[in-house]
Amino acid sequence: MTDFGYTTWILIIPFVTFLILSLFGMKLKGLPAGLTGTVALGLVTFLSYFTAITYFTGGGISGGSFQKIVAANAVWLNLSDHLHIDMGVLLDPISVMMLVVISTVSFMVHIYSLGYMKGEKGFERYYAFLSLFTFSMMGLVVATNIFQMYIFWELVGVSSYLLIGFYYDRPSAVAASKKAFIVTRFADMGFLVGILLLSFTTKTFDFVTLTDINGPAIASKGGAVFLGMSLMTWSMIFIFMGGAGKSAMFPLHIWLPDAMEGPTPVSALIHAATMVVAGVFLVARMFPVYYFAAPEALQIIAWVGAVSSLFAAIIALTQTDIKRVLAYSTISQIGYMIFSLGVSGYGGHDGLGFMASNWHLFNHAMFKALLFLGAGSVIHAVHSNDMKDMGGLRRYMPVTNITFLIACLTIAGVPPLSGFFSKDEILTAALHHNKILFAIEYAVAGLTAFYMFRLYFSVFHGVDRHYHHTPHESPATMTVPLVILAAGSVFAGFLPFSSLVTSDGVPFESHIEWGVAIPSVAIGLLGIGLAWVMYRKETTLPDRMTSLFRHSYKWAYNKFYIDEVYIFITKKVIFRHISHPVAWFDRHIVDGTMNGIAYVTQSVSSMIKGLQSGQLQKYGYVFISGVIALVIAFIYLVK
Amino acid sequence: MIMNSGIPLEFYLVLATVMFFTGIYGFLTRRNLITMLMSVELILNSVNINFMAFNRFLFPGKLEGHFFSLFVIAVAAAEAAVAIAIIINIYRRFTTINVEDVNQMKY
Amino acid sequence: MNILSWLVIIPLLTITGILLVKDARQTKIVSAIGMGIQLIVAFVIVFMYISLRKSGNTDEMVLMSSFEWFKSLNIYYTVGVDGISVAMIALTAVVVFAGIFASWEMEDLKKEFFISLILLATGVFGFFISLDLFTMFLFYEVAVIPMYILIGIWGSGPKEYSAMKLTLMLMGGSALLMVGLFGIYFNSAPDGGELTFNILEISKITIPIEAQRWFFPFTFVGFGVLGALFPLHTWSPDGHSSAPTAVSMLHAGVLMKLGGYGAFRVAMFLMPEAASEMAWIFIILTTISVVYGAFGAIVQKDLKYINAYSSVSHCGMVLFAVLMMNRTAMTGAVIQMISHGLMTALFFALIGMIYGRTHTRMINEMGGLMKVIPFLGVAYVIAGLASLGLPGLSGFVAEMNIFFGAFEHPDTFHRVATIIAISSIVITAVYILRVVAILLLGPIRDNHYISLGDAKWYEKLSLLTLIAGIVYIGIAPLGLSNIIRESLLPIIDKIL
Repeated sequence: MTDFGYTTWILIIPFVTFLILSLFGMKLKGLPAGLTGTVALGLVTFLSYFTAITYFTGGGISGGSFQKIVAANAVWLNLSDHLHIDMGVLLDPISVMMLVVISTVSFMVHIYSLGYMKGEKGFERYYAFLSLFTFSMMGLVVATNIFQMYIFWELVGVSSYLLIGFYYDRPSAVAASKKAFIVTRFADMGFLVGILLLSFTTKTFDFVTLTDINGPAIASKGGAVFLGMSLMTWSMIFIFMGGAGKSAMFPLHIWLPDAMEGPTPVSALIHAATMVVAGVFLVARMFPVYYFAAPEALQIIAWVGAVSSLFAAIIALTQTDIKRVLAYSTISQIGYMIFSLGVSGYGGHDGLGFMASNWHLFNHAMFKALLFLGAGSVIHAVHSNDMKDMGGLRRYMPVTNITFLIACLTIAGVPPLSGFFSKDEILTAALHHNKILFAIEYAVAGLTAFYMFRLYFSVFHGVDRHYHHTPHESPATMTVPLVILAAGSVFAGFLPFSSLVTSDGVPFESHIEWGVAIPSVAIGLLGIGLAWVMYRKETTLPDRMTSLFRHSYKWAYNKFYIDEVYIFITKKVIFRHISHPVAWFDRHIVDGTMNGIAYVTQSVSSMIKGLQSGQLQKYGYVFISGVIALVIAFIYLVK
Repeated sequence: MIMNSGIPLEFYLVLATVMFFTGIYGFLTRRNLITMLMSVELILNSVNINFMAFNRFLFPGKLEGHFFSLFVIAVAAAEAAVAIAIIINIYRRFTTINVEDVNQMKY
Repeated sequence: MNILSWLVIIPLLTITGILLVKDARQTKIVSAIGMGIQLIVAFVIVFMYISLRKSGNTDEMVLMSSFEWFKSLNIYYTVGVDGISVAMIALTAVVVFAGIFASWEMEDLKKEFFISLILLATGVFGFFISLDLFTMFLFYEVAVIPMYILIGIWGSGPKEYSAMKLTLMLMGGSALLMVGLFGIYFNSAPDGGELTFNILEISKITIPIEAQRWFFPFTFVGFGVLGALFPLHTWSPDGHSSAPTAVSMLHAGVLMKLGGYGAFRVAMFLMPEAASEMAWIFIILTTISVVYGAFGAIVQKDLKYINAYSSVSHCGMVLFAVLMMNRTAMTGAVIQMISHGLMTALFFALIGMIYGRTHTRMINEMGGLMKVIPFLGVAYVIAGLASLGLPGLSGFVAEMNIFFGAFEHPDTFHRVATIIAISSIVITAVYILRVVAILLLGPIRDNHYISLGDAKWYEKLSLLTLIAGIVYIGIAPLGLSNIIRESLLPIIDKIL
């Protein structure tokens, strides 16, 4: 096998860039800072592609299957005699695939931002944070052990926090960044507890050992049983909680729509293509453990994915903020991926769901980044996020229009675009697993096509709005990435994914299941058709539909009031009913007790200080009485 | 050698006790500083009587009791001088020699 | 002269120097030079320690020396260090150094202020190098008493009240501690022979279990008062909020660590049997501390109060880890002490600097400060992220050691306590981000703030010293954790 030692540079370069930009960014001022970041990322992208090509064309193959290669590893911290946290690079099909995804999207976003963020205050800070994010995300996917993953998991969380709050003088952005951090932090607590339980049962963090299907971790089956499930299952459920938080799965999804307060390229990179799929990656990474040692957890994962995808798709139907529609669409699509892992088997064709999930992840990264960047281009032109302020833009922005259309067709699953292939495989896997889940996902496919084209038609078709100035096509720094990503969306479907990324590393043959593909394309087209009828021209049809489903519309429009529930829990319960009482208790009861002791001491002393009257004769009384008492005592008691 | 003429030891002791407690009583009940000083003198003199009496009856050949009495008298004289000086000063300062009225140093 | 004793002598010489100089400027310079030398000596000791270990020295304590002090009671001035003490010494030197620069613009009575401050530092250094319980106690008192003067004179707000409260509560702790120490002393020779105060000698024998049951709680609670053990922590919010900047830094940064350090060096190490019997009581108390401090911090409005409650939570974590009585958790405890020391000193330094500019500590009266004082703002964010345990900064390393160590106990009681303690990382995130959002981000609240100046050179020096420590431990924790782990071996052997 090939030596992959150079892959450490994939981590080092962005980190060094981050240091340079954060320490000397002020001196670089604007464009040079952006270029520094972009060039560095170009290098990273080159290295990632090089790695991927080397790995998939033979460097990673041994004995007919793709191996897990530890390219570098060093002890970072010893926790106990058998547990140590390492830092290193692990290459296997999914991590290599992720390297390609992250570097591609990140590179595109770097270029795009040169145009989009031009003239913004804090340009160098923006690029510093992007580098930090890229570093963290790369570290996450190449982690050799679950703890390294957790470390970088937290770091992507903080980069996300910093980037969402990039416009830090805008209160909504500040609130959104705070919310994102705290919700994911809460989920990460579950992740940490999961790691604690896992490491306690298996005595290792190492992925290679953990996911070895003949290894001790899986063989142990988790030992002790707690509340009907093995400790292993519990730990895997907790670990998935971390994944669900990061991937914005129901009910931990509330931070993602708000996270759209960040700059749009950031939404494309972090909140569509890379960071939010970390949960999918996590489950994929731990897949053998889930499948063999914690099948109940896998079942939960399937349902969480399905519910999230349906739920988010319904909300997406009603939203009018272009980025929020995309955000809910992201939740829905990630739900697809998570679901697909949940219904997957292990090994060969049984692992279809696993393969499909990763394929969809890959495709989704391309087309969703494209959608976001396209949306960014539109927002850049009309200075608004609201779909009501947009319309007829296809005349002004031809490149954006075409690329956006391609992305919409891809997500709707129209052949031969990439979304069609991966979605088909997912639905096939679902059909083999559970009919109810299949039905849900099938419906979601139709909804997806509908809301995406609702978005497309109302933005690019229909009538012109009152624009402050005539919208114009974005500069080349922004359109070139759009074109590249569009090309990616078109051609990614022809990648031989089933012979590259599989659950056990062994390539297998997959083919299109026409029995599933035809109905799914049909429902996609139906959705598009419906959107065509309702939104291509300005009609009253949407309003009539809205009033027909008034109540359910209201619920969906208000995102099923999940945010309100959270606000109730945090504001009412935690702030008012825990923290305030604790603070009060501390000041009045605990501190009051201390002050009370002081007070008692003081009053006692002021009571007895009267004895020290200075009256000689009183002292005399006491003295004489004392003497007499002593004399009596000596006479009668001591004999 | 020993002059056991007449008065037995008990009489001296009774006298001394009576004087002692008269002194104590006076010291505790009188508020006039001069009277208190006089009471202290009574106490001291009752002690002197005891010294002399015991010396005489128990260790007739020795003189320690006498010495002590002399010491006590000398100290009492010095004490009276100091005390009266203080009393005079108090009188000048407060125009009273009632102990209860002199309470500036209380607490 | 033994190099360790220089740690006590240099501050005393500096104090003499301050007495001799004339004006405030010279006072500053003498203090800075003195503490700079102290910092260098501290790191020389660290390197001497590391090279001694490298050369195969496996003594429990190294660089030892001993002088007879009071023969008839067998009191010696005995000094010596292991990895834990050198780490604490380095921490102290860094915090004191930063503290000197943070109080560079002290207005009045500068000379007296620096004398008291350095006297306090002397006590802390002496405490960490002492191996004789009596000497240790003496230095402990030397460290605590100047607090009264420092808060009472240079403090703000209800300073007399706070100074009184803090000193009285700590004195109360000392009283308990003294009972505990004498208890150890009088049971230090159960088979006859001479009584001793020497920790190493006492550790070789086993104190009778009945005596341990009596004196362990005294010793542990005595140190616990200084380590902000619930419910004896209430001096901390008042004391910290009234204390001047450098005093808060030193107090939260190092003085509170005396509690944690003493708790395991004396209480746990010398009386392990009673410790394992009674650990559950204190585990409950410390778990409460951890969560309670964090919840308490959420609703505070005064920056210093927030930080004081946060300290209660973090120091609770130290004692929590100490009580877990295994190597991983105790390593975590020591790293947490160092990490919290640096981080909270950084916080208090920043609060002082912000207060010096805005003349308020109420977060509601401030807002958008990131725009006007970016250096301080970024430093505050770094301190905050370290506090909420972000990987790459020191707090994370400490917390992970603690959690994994605590989780090594397989029983439900420890598990539940651990999970409750873990939940504090979320609550910490809530209050840290709340403060950052209100204080630094958003639009500038008050037009007066637009003209504020960013950090001066001495402030930057002070902050960067602390940040360097936080980042170093966060990124490359292996060296520090190995030093601590190997020094913990004899302690763990004795405990188990």
